[in-house]
Amino acid sequence: MATKVFMEALSPTMEEGRLVKWLKNEGDAIKNGDILAEVETDKAIMELVARGEGVLRKRLIAEGATSAVGTLIGVIATADENIDALVAGGGSAAASSPPPAAPVTPAAAAPAPSPAAPVAAAPAPSEPAGRMRSSPLARRLASERGLDLGGVHGSGPGGRIVKRDVEAAATAAPAARAAAPRAAATGADFRDVPLTQIRKTIARRLAESIGPVPTFYLTSELDMERVAEMRGAMAQLGDEYKVSFNDIVLKAVAVALHQHPECNAHWLGDAIRYWDRVHLGMAVAIDDGLITPVIFDAHLKGLRDIATESRDLAKRARDRKLKPDEYTGSTFSVSNLGMFGIDQFTAIINPPEAGILAIGGIEQKPVVIDGQIVPRRRMRVTMSCDHRVIDGALGAKFLQTLRRLIENPLMLVY
Amino acid sequence: MARKKTDAPADPGLGATDAAQRRDLLRSMLLQRRFEERCAEAYALGRIGGFCHLYIGQEACGTGIISMLRPDDYVITTYRDHGQALARGISARAVMAELFGRSDGCARGKGGSMHLFDRNTNFLGGHGIVGGHVPIGTGVGFAIKYRGGDQVIACFMGESVVNTGAFHEALNMAGLWKLPVVYIIENNRYGMGTALERASAIHDIYQRGAAYDMPRGVVDGQDVLAVRKAMGEAIHRARTESMPTLLEVRTYRFMGHSMSDAVSGTYRTKAELEEYMQRDPINVLRAHMETQGEIDDTRMAALDDEVKAEVQDAWDFAEASPEPAPESLWEDVLVETTT
Amino acid sequence: MPIVTYRDALNQALREEMQRDDRVFLMGEEVAVYQGAYKVSKGLLQEFGEMRVVDTPITELGFAGIGVGAAMVGLRPVIEFMTWNFALLAIDQVVNAAAKMLYMSGGQYNIPMVFRGPNGAALQLSAQHSQAFESWLAHIPGLKVVSPGNPYDAKGLLKAAIRDDNPVIMFEGEMMYNMKGEVPDEEYIIPIGKGDLKREGDHCTIVTYGKSINLALQVADAMAKDGIRLDVIDLRSIRPIDTEMIAASVRKTNRAVVLEEGWEFCGVGAQIVDYIQRDCFDELDAPVVRVHQADVPMPYARNLEKLAKPDMNKTIAAVKKVMYLP
Repeated sequence: MATKVFMEALSPTMEEGRLVKWLKNEGDAIKNGDILAEVETDKAIMELVARGEGVLRKRLIAEGATSAVGTLIGVIATADENIDALVAGGGSAAASSPPPAAPVTPAAAAPAPSPAAPVAAAPAPSEPAGRMRSSPLARRLASERGLDLGGVHGSGPGGRIVKRDVEAAATAAPAARAAAPRAAATGADFRDVPLTQIRKTIARRLAESIGPVPTFYLTSELDMERVAEMRGAMAQLGDEYKVSFNDIVLKAVAVALHQHPECNAHWLGDAIRYWDRVHLGMAVAIDDGLITPVIFDAHLKGLRDIATESRDLAKRARDRKLKPDEYTGSTFSVSNLGMFGIDQFTAIINPPEAGILAIGGIEQKPVVIDGQIVPRRRMRVTMSCDHRVIDGALGAKFLQTLRRLIENPLMLVY
Repeated sequence: MARKKTDAPADPGLGATDAAQRRDLLRSMLLQRRFEERCAEAYALGRIGGFCHLYIGQEACGTGIISMLRPDDYVITTYRDHGQALARGISARAVMAELFGRSDGCARGKGGSMHLFDRNTNFLGGHGIVGGHVPIGTGVGFAIKYRGGDQVIACFMGESVVNTGAFHEALNMAGLWKLPVVYIIENNRYGMGTALERASAIHDIYQRGAAYDMPRGVVDGQDVLAVRKAMGEAIHRARTESMPTLLEVRTYRFMGHSMSDAVSGTYRTKAELEEYMQRDPINVLRAHMETQGEIDDTRMAALDDEVKAEVQDAWDFAEASPEPAPESLWEDVLVETTT
Repeated sequence: MPIVTYRDALNQALREEMQRDDRVFLMGEEVAVYQGAYKVSKGLLQEFGEMRVVDTPITELGFAGIGVGAAMVGLRPVIEFMTWNFALLAIDQVVNAAAKMLYMSGGQYNIPMVFRGPNGAALQLSAQHSQAFESWLAHIPGLKVVSPGNPYDAKGLLKAAIRDDNPVIMFEGEMMYNMKGEVPDEEYIIPIGKGDLKREGDHCTIVTYGKSINLALQVADAMAKDGIRLDVIDLRSIRPIDTEMIAASVRKTNRAVVLEEGWEFCGVGAQIVDYIQRDCFDELDAPVVRVHQADVPMPYARNLEKLAKPDMNKTIAAVKKVMYLP
């Protein structure tokens, strides 16, 4: 009895997946649970496992191709079983078949333009996903000129980057810096980068957020001197007590949220769910976008646990090794761009959460305290609030609590 | 022009031998026999690989034919070529080294058992495609005539060759152009495992020559002296009239077709084999020489010891000879053109 | 410079070499009394006599072998096949004998001979008489293979082939025998293994040989009108092959089209593509494209035959494809 291999939903939000690599060849014997392929979901690279036994008789999509969840991508059957009907009747071919090669125009057609000028070819069909194609010569030329092919538009078949594309990019780049409007007018100074799965998801979900989610923002500047002192004191106790500013902020946010469940909530469309436990999402920048791993029950965890866990999650996020249940289920999120020199910014809410806190950088500033101008380390935080859940005063109260904790950090160890 | 047929009376003087010549013939056949017995041993020990076709039982054919040739005549033959190579005078050392795949072999280890070559003795090779060398031998005859020489070429083949197209194409042109080629069919009764009667529409296969108006005949291939006489007539015709001859030499193969073939079994019986082995060509000549008082048991034993020592020397030489240098893999594909 | 046909250029080469070296003789069907099926040997019987210009029975295997045997003992035969289609009957002599003799004799017997005749399709001769066999013979170590595409090369290469001490295969073309071109009076030899860059351009390379060179030149002229400049390589010799010329050109143009008369599968073009990917991988801006006969036996009907053969449109389309032109 043949077993169909489908593109499975390997993340809760996955709608399509890119087959990164087949780990079994056609003809290989397959046992239940064998890993058949690596699939890039919208979040990570996951393993697709076999759900039947026999021989991998057919691989219906190529490496690099993208298929919608539920598409038939392979067939496991006994070696002699007839699978023609299965293959023929298979999945939604539209999602998995590669684009046709650019047609060759018969020679008798219109005279060819001079190859010296850029050829106004019809835009090549874009790649189904991921892998950038380029001719060996294009790669060598780009390497010699220090040009990143990632920014070059491919005009060849299947989006292949060819010599003329590299040359166009090499000449267009300086021109763009010198005279951007003119470059724009020629239409040559732009690039199309196909969306990766994660990019699509970010776009779709953030669009969802900025559209239907009525957001307002509350900014507060917090004094970090005592946090800095505490951090310094802890570091003197030994390496195992070293924590980052971010760890302390995370801990403070978790504690504050636990005290303000009205801000630790999900918008469900027809209800608001207030959470008792704090599962804190922490946005992590990765090569290809961002992902928000979750520190579960952050309100219960000590600073040391939070420090350890956040480092581990961040590393595995960058390595794309997170499991889906490690980046889903947060009740509130924190995004920190302080390390990039950002003073203050607004973060976009990750639905169905009702709020996100954007952390800016720590900076020494003159501050008036008790009539005296003194230098103090200060940090700005901005909370984005879903007004459907959090009203202005509620948000403000949460931030007051947060300020009290940050400015009296010993409360965090209470 | 009137054509002589070998079934017509011929000059009895051609091929006659004296006692010393008979002793040389006996020694040559004995050398071939002992040499090939050691080949079988070497094959079993893995010293010789690939195909290896033994001549045991057929020694009188090659020995008789070749003993009639001049040094400037030519020999071309099939893959069953060890005996003829030795009879032509290629050293046992060079032949054994070739069989061992060594650099001192007569083809530098490139040819092996089936492809013994020696330019010094005009030995134009053992050839592996049944029938394929018959046009080549004919071409040598063409070249002799082209240059106006009086050499001949002895072109050996097995009886199964007479059914190939190459045989007919070549003999037709040899007959048409009157080329000095002696075609020798060593009829050992079996083409591998197929008896002559199961392969050829006519059984007196020398009569195939009639189709090309070619002088032809048949001779007892176990009697080296008879072979010499028949060859003597053919050579005379070739040298003096530039006429080809088709000579059928009836013999028998005492061994299997190759080393992987049983001596008897599916296609011939042990009884048949034993019957033919009664007429061992070495014994036939020895018996004749005994009646002449030219040999006795003591002298025979001494000759045998001498021959065995020569074969042992060849074995030792072959074993000591280096394997071909790796770079020789790339040599002899093309020759540098000097003209 | 005198204008001479391809056929007469071959005739001159034969005559001059036979005058120069009395070991050279010509053998084949209808070469003597009939003066050659394509009149290549016209007048040679009268000049050299029947021992050196030899009519054979229809017996390709036989006379090919006669050539091998004669070459073994020092003559320099030129064996003419009325067409290479008929030479299939003689392939044992070419492949098993001529190509192997030097090697299996450990260097003792070289075979200085030429096998020559027309190759490839003419017009409406249908399946058995319209085949291009160069990949068959170029496959065999021990042979040299040449395929001249004009009278000048035909004479120079045949003379080189006759003087070569190895077996040389020469592919001519029925459609070329009447082709005219400049052939100088003075003696010349074209070395085997050297290509000829017939056109110089920097946009794309066409690699070809034999009859197809003339098609390639027409393509180059047509495309030049649109400003497309092609390097056109006439290999002239298929084995040994001028890989240096191919590589130098492809390094310049970054793209190549390989054109041949024969079939696609295991064709000479496949070997050339292999050399290009080996030597020029980082120089390629597009996959190499091949133009060849359709993968079917040659049909008789005029329209079908036209569809099966390489032509200008197919070649121009291939050039455009590697140049990413619409």
